[in-house]
Amino acid sequence: MDGYQTEIRYFDGHSRAALIREQEVSYPDGRLIVSRTDTRGIITHCNQAFVEMSGYPEQELIGQPHSILRHPDMPRAAFRELWETVQAGRKWHGHVKNLRRDGSYYWVLATVIPNVRQGCIAGYTSVRRKPARSRIRESSELYARLREAESQ
Amino acid sequence: MTLQMTVSPDFPPAYIAGWYIFNTWLQRQLDLPIHLTLYDSFAAQRTVLEQGGIDLIYANPYDAAFLVRERGFVTVAAPCRRADEVVLACAQDQPVTCVEDLGPGTVIARTDDPDVNLMGMMLLEPATLHAGNTTCIAVDSYPLVAKQLLQGQAGVGFFLEEAFDSLSALVRSGLRELVRSRISVIRHVLLAGPGVSAQQTGHLTRLLLGMDQDDKGAAVLKSMNLPGWEAHSQEDTEFMIDLMDTLDTQELPD
Repeated sequence: MDGYQTEIRYFDGHSRAALIREQEVSYPDGRLIVSRTDTRGIITHCNQAFVEMSGYPEQELIGQPHSILRHPDMPRAAFRELWETVQAGRKWHGHVKNLRRDGSYYWVLATVIPNVRQGCIAGYTSVRRKPARSRIRESSELYARLREAESQ
Repeated sequence: MTLQMTVSPDFPPAYIAGWYIFNTWLQRQLDLPIHLTLYDSFAAQRTVLEQGGIDLIYANPYDAAFLVRERGFVTVAAPCRRADEVVLACAQDQPVTCVEDLGPGTVIARTDDPDVNLMGMMLLEPATLHAGNTTCIAVDSYPLVAKQLLQGQAGVGFFLEEAFDSLSALVRSGLRELVRSRISVIRHVLLAGPGVSAQQTGHLTRLLLGMDQDDKGAAVLKSMNLPGWEAHSQEDTEFMIDLMDTLDTQELPD
């Protein structure tokens, strides 16, 4: 299999090794990728579209941190902003490049909201849908600049 | 006390009688007077909902969000294996084969069904279309959405999947399906308001879950074109509402 191994560093300091391939998988028309996590970002539920697009079997996803999808082309600042927003009880939108198990990638327009039950945040729901190609181009350029700034 | 019941106005007219039959069946089973009122528009029904005039409702997801989050309604049951899905279509003679072929200025034909319109606008996002660069023609029914497309008055139409699949073969032959949602978790639910006791709600849930097990109940279900009812917890409904909340295209970044 082509591609290369790299170490993905997360904004909270931990890291993991991952295979990266320059191959995009198209977002399926009409589908939503849905997952839920607990308040620590551990996956508690995912739908069939999530399983198909991530390339992981469901039993491997449940109990894993959502950052298992993190692609090294995503700036750490994007996820820091995501967490700060949803932990404050607000909704977050953004374009995200996700990493599949086989090292290829797919772009999504993601929305994450806190699940508020009896006035408290009980977890988070993340819903991803098909993004516009023009938005993907804009986001790619922006994220490249942010990553460069992060590496300095 | 007479309970007031209503049904989201997006079911096919052929099943109006079925809902009245269901109302009669329900009154006998619960030994309670229930008055069924059907509204011919979402707006008319919404006005009554906001006034607190309804105790039982077969609610579309949009109204369910309002009733559960703001009016304290609880989930009784949901129809088995039936999710609300949406079809976007254009006229067959248009040079459009996918959503991404649509451009700014596109005219959208749609009804006032809030769920379908929410999902429809979400499905236009890959073409960078939104409320600010499209215009809408609102019509009273899905056959009229098709008519707007066939007459060249609109570039794309929003259909509830069931309504699109119910169009005549002749009408369908003049349309091209662009995309069909496969969201799965957005669905109608039967809700009970604060005027229905927890004991009555529990009894109602048990009745409905077993409704397809006896001949009379099964016949009533058939008249409503429902396969049966299944459990749908309050958390299932809360999850559906959270999910719908993420689909609001008005809040997306420019």
